[in-house]
Amino acid sequence: MSDQEHHIPDFWKEVVDAETIERCLTRISYEIVEKDRDLQKLALVGIRTGGEFIAQRIHQKIQEIENREVPFGVIDITLYRDDLSDSLEQPTLKGTDLPFSLSGHRIVLVDDVLYTGRTVRAALDAIIDFGRPALVELAVLADRGHRELPIRPDYVGKNLPTHKDDFVRVRLREGGYTDGIYLIQAHDAKKG
Amino acid sequence: MNVDSVRFQHLLGIEGLSREDLIFLLENSQQFVEVSQRDLKKVPALRGKTIINLFLEPSTRTRASFEIAGKRLSADTINISGSGTSVSKGETLLDTARTLQAMNPDILVVRHRSSGAAHFLSQELTRTAVVNAGDGMHEHPTQALLDCLTLCQHFELAPSELKGKNITIVGDIRHSRVARSNIWAHQLLGNKVTLVGPATLVPHEFADEEAFGGGVRICHTLREGVEGADVVMVLRIQLERQSDNFIPTLEEYTRQYCVTPQVLEGAAPGCVVLHPGPANRGIEISSTLYEGTQSLVEKQVTNGVAVRMATLFLLGSRGRKENV
Amino acid sequence: MIRISNGIVVDPATDRDGEFDVLIEDGKILDVVPRGLGADGDFERVIDASGCWIIPGLIDLHVHLREPGQEWKETVETGALAALKGGFTSICCMPNTEPAIDSEEVVRYILDKAAQANYSRVLPIGAVTKARVGKEMAPLSELREAGCVAFSDDGDPVYNAGIMRRALEWAKMLDAPISCHEEDKDISCGGCMNESALSTRLGLTGMPKVAEDVMVARDIELARDTGAKVHFCHVSTARSVELIRRAKNDGIPVTAEVTPHHLVLTEDAVRAYDTYAKMSPPLREEEERELLVEGVKDGTLDAIASDHAPHEDDVKKIEFAEAAMGILGLQTSLPLMVSFIEDQVLTRKRAISSLAEAPARAFGLPYGTLRKNAPADIVIVDPQKEWQFEREDVVSKSFNSPFYGRTMKGKVRDVFVQGVLRLENEEVVLGGQCK
Repeated sequence: MSDQEHHIPDFWKEVVDAETIERCLTRISYEIVEKDRDLQKLALVGIRTGGEFIAQRIHQKIQEIENREVPFGVIDITLYRDDLSDSLEQPTLKGTDLPFSLSGHRIVLVDDVLYTGRTVRAALDAIIDFGRPALVELAVLADRGHRELPIRPDYVGKNLPTHKDDFVRVRLREGGYTDGIYLIQAHDAKKG
Repeated sequence: MNVDSVRFQHLLGIEGLSREDLIFLLENSQQFVEVSQRDLKKVPALRGKTIINLFLEPSTRTRASFEIAGKRLSADTINISGSGTSVSKGETLLDTARTLQAMNPDILVVRHRSSGAAHFLSQELTRTAVVNAGDGMHEHPTQALLDCLTLCQHFELAPSELKGKNITIVGDIRHSRVARSNIWAHQLLGNKVTLVGPATLVPHEFADEEAFGGGVRICHTLREGVEGADVVMVLRIQLERQSDNFIPTLEEYTRQYCVTPQVLEGAAPGCVVLHPGPANRGIEISSTLYEGTQSLVEKQVTNGVAVRMATLFLLGSRGRKENV
Repeated sequence: MIRISNGIVVDPATDRDGEFDVLIEDGKILDVVPRGLGADGDFERVIDASGCWIIPGLIDLHVHLREPGQEWKETVETGALAALKGGFTSICCMPNTEPAIDSEEVVRYILDKAAQANYSRVLPIGAVTKARVGKEMAPLSELREAGCVAFSDDGDPVYNAGIMRRALEWAKMLDAPISCHEEDKDISCGGCMNESALSTRLGLTGMPKVAEDVMVARDIELARDTGAKVHFCHVSTARSVELIRRAKNDGIPVTAEVTPHHLVLTEDAVRAYDTYAKMSPPLREEEERELLVEGVKDGTLDAIASDHAPHEDDVKKIEFAEAAMGILGLQTSLPLMVSFIEDQVLTRKRAISSLAEAPARAFGLPYGTLRKNAPADIVIVDPQKEWQFEREDVVSKSFNSPFYGRTMKGKVRDVFVQGVLRLENEEVVLGGQCK
């Protein structure tokens, strides 16, 4: 995949820069901590693959703010997707890694971009298979709208107005890029 | 990674897979190990899919393993067993398969005593993915996958790192689909394969270039064959080989080829033992060894489910042919 | 009188290869004359064979017509039609019918069917033993008198060497050869392809070459001992070719045939479990194939015979190990050999001889030549015509051929059987009367 390439195509339009991303994540971290909810039972779960690094960063920030260990895990929702048969690509599993029991926890699910809501739906199914959390919240770096399911984020970094046919891509330093959110308009997408 | 969606249209054998294909399958299989360790051992990945297990040869383990794998993926699995003698049943394998296809299954898992049976069905059935669960003496690909996965776990190596090992396979190689699939797999991974057994059961053709690429060593003496082995895979000896005159008597076979802890003294330090089961204890392998610390037999069975889940998932969730 | 003009006559028996015209009268070859000589005479018909070869009607020493008993696979009529289309004017049919050709009645039945069909000539081969089970000798004299041209238990060897020796003594008195399917089935038991690295890879039980060789060696010794004529069917191994070569050098009266498929295909054809390439003896390795071709070149393998073995898809399109053995051959033999000539694998003389003169000599038949006064069995073949062999071309009742999609060179245009034009411009001539 293009993760290996560190070049951003010219027609990708940067809509959120690195500094803004950092600020958004800091804000989300504080919001999670400050929310009047049981902080002692907080745990973060990133959704592979897009949410994993975002979740790690928020997790790190929260640990710094709180100065204590907060449980962290990642889930692979491939086996819970509802669009497997439509995909042309052979699905690859990266694995689920939840080194703590979810039961009774206040879980904050983390993803990079919220779009139709189908990924979150799959993630909720997966979470429930692993136990009975006391509460599940959702944090996303960007919300681009066009929901197809009744799903609403609790913490949002940026709201991005998009057309349904556009593509939104998040590139992060963990993948070898400078942080940035890009908009690829439908008529440009054909180029790449 | 760009994975061609038609790459795993069927799983008929290890032969024909690329090294990348094999590693991809093993890596995916590893991910499914975790699913079977959960309290709730079920994922909705193949919900609404139908898997038919057509076992026309006696089998307990493999069939159970495929059935559990299908169920843990939420597929509807149906088992059909039979003697497989098409003539005596009055219905040919093709008729049976076409009848089944008319019920629109997504995957047909087939075990048959005839080499090439899975191949044959894959050519005749257009809408169904075929998984070879053992065809005659030809191949048993999921067994080789689970053997390799077990070795990866034991040696704590990623599939791509499982190379340079000395693998010795002992027993009735001639009639063994397990041996053939493992030979292909280890050739792809880069391990050295030695085959051990009497000349009647280990024909010299196995070492020919035309057979398995020529990288296979043949040895008719057990101690020599296991020397320096990192892995010794013991195959089940079919009791009827005696009446077929491949071996004079079972005692003769045991005297020469029974694998015991003493025999493995010459193997590499940390040598482990695999057996596809069910074992004839005291004939091809000693009980002490089979149950001992060197034996990975139970791990093999556990991994069998993971490997079959990975296989069924890849075939069952693939993009539809028409779209490609 | 009919004249065939403007063609190239290839008649190995008379050592002719060049621009000659052929004259036919009363079902016989009246003469073969230099092109155009006496062309202004009075002819009932003149056939223009420009660009074509004029060759003797071909003889197939080994076909299975399946009648009586398995008429759904093939009949005398459909088999004889396939022969006609393929340029064979005489075909020798093996006795593994149901009942076997082990009595005068069965011979008569087949000859009657052949006369009704009125395509190519059918020459039955009688069984060596009753019902071909190898226990007691069949009534060889009765069979010979009824019209059998040779004896064979094809499909099986005559296991019992004692019976074989006695049968050879009888056959010698009757001046007919015994045609031998050489296979020690205790060695090849359960086999379904050549025993080789490939069979090892495919997990298929192999039929070792030595299963053929041991029986060839045995029957060479029996031929030496009895002085009777032994003909080896479908030779498939280099070692058998060598044994036969030596026997011939020693003056032992043996002859041999090889199939076109063993000359052009190797075991590679079954790599994808293609049952249309499954037969006994099986296709062998490339080295063996090359030495079989050498055997044809030097005449060790006298004849090319198709071993035409029709089987319906119900017994062919099944699991490899269980599928029936054998493939069609009558319509593909000549084109495959024309390609051999074009590719200079065989000379034109040797190739045509192996399909006409040599088989005639092996079975002592008066056909296979354009010699003056010989029966006018003549084939006009267009050697340049390229065509693709497809299922639709098959006139047999069965379709088991591994050659579909193959580009063939050379097509049979016209065929005379005993002076009567039976095939004209690739179409069957209806209503002709056999003279």
